[in-house]
Amino acid sequence: MTIKASSLESKATITAQAKSFSLAGLIPKLVMAPTIVVTLICMYGYMIWTAVLSMTNSRMLPSYDFVGLSQYERLFNNDRWIVALTNLGIFGGLFIFTCLFLGVILAIFLDQKIRAEGAIRTIYLYPMAISFIVTGTAWKWLLNPTNGLEKMMIDWGFESFTFDWLVNPDKVIYCLVIAAVWQASGFVMALFLAGLRGVDGDLIKAANLDGASTFTTYRRIILPSLKPVFFSAIVILSHIAIKSFDLVAALTNGGPGYSSDLPANFMYAHTFTRSQIGLGSASAMVMLGCVLAILIPYLYSELRGERHD
Amino acid sequence: MTSANTMNSSSSRRQKTLLEKVLRVALYICLLGMAAVYLMPFIVMFLTSIKDVEEIRSGTLLSLPGSLNFDAWSKAWGSACTGSNCNGIAPFFINSFQIVIPAVLISTILGALNGYVISMWKFKGSDIFFGALLIGCFIPFQVILLPMARTLGWLGIANTTSGLVFVHVVYGVAFTTLFFRNFYQGIPADLIKAARLDGAGFFTIFQRIILPISTPIIVVTIIWQFTQIWNDFLFGVAFSGFDTQPVTVALNNLVNTSFGGKEYNVDMAAAILAALPTILVYVLAGKYFVRGLTAGAVKG
Repeated sequence: MTIKASSLESKATITAQAKSFSLAGLIPKLVMAPTIVVTLICMYGYMIWTAVLSMTNSRMLPSYDFVGLSQYERLFNNDRWIVALTNLGIFGGLFIFTCLFLGVILAIFLDQKIRAEGAIRTIYLYPMAISFIVTGTAWKWLLNPTNGLEKMMIDWGFESFTFDWLVNPDKVIYCLVIAAVWQASGFVMALFLAGLRGVDGDLIKAANLDGASTFTTYRRIILPSLKPVFFSAIVILSHIAIKSFDLVAALTNGGPGYSSDLPANFMYAHTFTRSQIGLGSASAMVMLGCVLAILIPYLYSELRGERHD
Repeated sequence: MTSANTMNSSSSRRQKTLLEKVLRVALYICLLGMAAVYLMPFIVMFLTSIKDVEEIRSGTLLSLPGSLNFDAWSKAWGSACTGSNCNGIAPFFINSFQIVIPAVLISTILGALNGYVISMWKFKGSDIFFGALLIGCFIPFQVILLPMARTLGWLGIANTTSGLVFVHVVYGVAFTTLFFRNFYQGIPADLIKAARLDGAGFFTIFQRIILPISTPIIVVTIIWQFTQIWNDFLFGVAFSGFDTQPVTVALNNLVNTSFGGKEYNVDMAAAILAALPTILVYVLAGKYFVRGLTAGAVKG
C-alpha cells in the first residue's frame, strides 16, 4: 500500500515535471521563431521567387507569363552580359591572386619580430574599414588622367608618362582591380598573420635544427600547414568579387560605355532602371550559381573536416 | 684542424650576421614602403580637400597647399549639391545614424539570443536551421533585391528609414548569430546543466550567466554590424527614398553631380566625412574589428 502510494506520487511529479519541461522547451523555439520565419521567407522564399521571375517575361512589373528558359538564352546572347561576366573573370582572378600574394608576403614579413608591428598592421588594414564608395571616390581622383597620377609623374619630369586606364575601355577593369586590392589585401594579411601565429612552434624549431633555411621552412612546412587559411581567404575574396557593385558604381559607373560593368551592376540596371525584370532575375540566378559553385565544395570540406576531429 | 674549423665557422657566422643585417634593413624598407602605398590615397584625399580649386589645377596630387583652407569641408558638410538638393551631406549623415543605430541593436540582440539557443538549448532541427542561416551569409543579395522591394511596398515601408532598418536586420542576423554561436560554443556545458538542475530557466541563465561573460563578443558584433551597415550602398540605393538616403548614396550622388565646375576638394572632403565614423571605430577598437573580420571569416 505504502509502496503503491509512493509510486503514484512519483508518477505525478514526473508528469508535472514533463509538463513544465515542455513549456520550458517551447521558449527556445519561440525565441528563434522570428529569425526562422524571416530567414525562410526573406532568403529562401525570395530566392525561389527570383528563380520564378527569371522564367517569366516580366518587364517593368513582375508578370507570371512563363517563357521557360528564354530569358537565360537572351542573357547569354546579350553582349553587355558577356562583357560583365568576362570582366568578373578578369577582375576576380586578378583580385584574388594579387590579394593572396600581397597578403601572404606582408604577413610573413610582419612575422619577423618587427618593431612597431602593431602600427604597420593598423595601416595595412585600415582600408577594410572604409566603404567601397569612398574607395571608389578616392581612386577615381587618383587615377584620372588630367589631374591625377599621370599629371604628377609628368610634373616630376617623366614627360612621356601616360596612365589613362580609367578612360580606356580595354584597361578600365584593371583600375577596379587596383582599388579593390588596396582595400582588401590588408585583410588577407591579417588572416594569414593570425594563421602564422597559430603554427606549432616546435615544428619550426625542428626544421631549423635540421638546417632548413627560413625560406625553405616557410615554403615546405609553414605555408602548407596554412591550407585552410588559403581556402577561406579564397572563398571570402571570390564572394567579395561576385558581389562587387558599389566599387564599380563609384569608380567607373560601368564606363566607358559598359566596358567595366560587373554582373551585379548588370542586374541592378536591368531590374531597376531598364525595366527588364525577367532578364535581371535571370542574371541574379547566374550570380547565385557562381556563389554556390564556390561555396558548396567549401562547406562540404569544412563539414567533413569537423567530422574527422 | 679543430682550430681551423672553429675559425671557419666563426667567420661564416660573422658573414651571416652581416647578411642578416642587410636583409633586415631591406625588410623594413619593404614594409614601410608598403605602408606608404596604403596611406597614399588617404593623404592625397586630405591634401586635395584643403586646397582651393586653382591649387588643384596647377599643382600635383602630393603638392602642399599654400595655406590651410577648410572651405571645402564646410561646403561638403552643409551646402554641396547631391542631385538637385544643396544641403551638403549633413542630413544624410544623420540618416545613416538613424538607420545604423536601431539596426545594429536589434540584430545584435537577436543574434545573442539565437546563438544562445543554438549552442545551449538545441531542439530538433536547430542545427539544420543554423546551416541554412549560414548559407544565408553568402548568398548574393541580387537574388533577394526585387522580392524585397515588392515586400517593402506591401508593408508600406518602402523608401523609409524603418524599411532600411528591417532589411539590415533581416540580412545581418545570420552574421550576428554566427558570431554569438561560435563564442557560446566555448562555454562548458556543465555550467549550464548545473544551473538548469538548480531550477534556473531560459532567461535567468541568459541574464545571470551568459550575458555577463559576453562583453567581448558583443563588442565584436556591434563593431562588425556598425561597419557593415554604415558602409552599405546596395540596400541604400535600392530601398531608400530621397530624404532617407544613407551617406554612401549621397556621397555617390555628390561626386557624380556634374553641373558647374568639378570641385574635387569638396568631393574629397565629403568622402573623408563619410568614412570618418568607421575609421574612428577602427582606430579606437581595431583589435575587436580584426577579431570580427577573422571570426566571421575563418570559422563556420
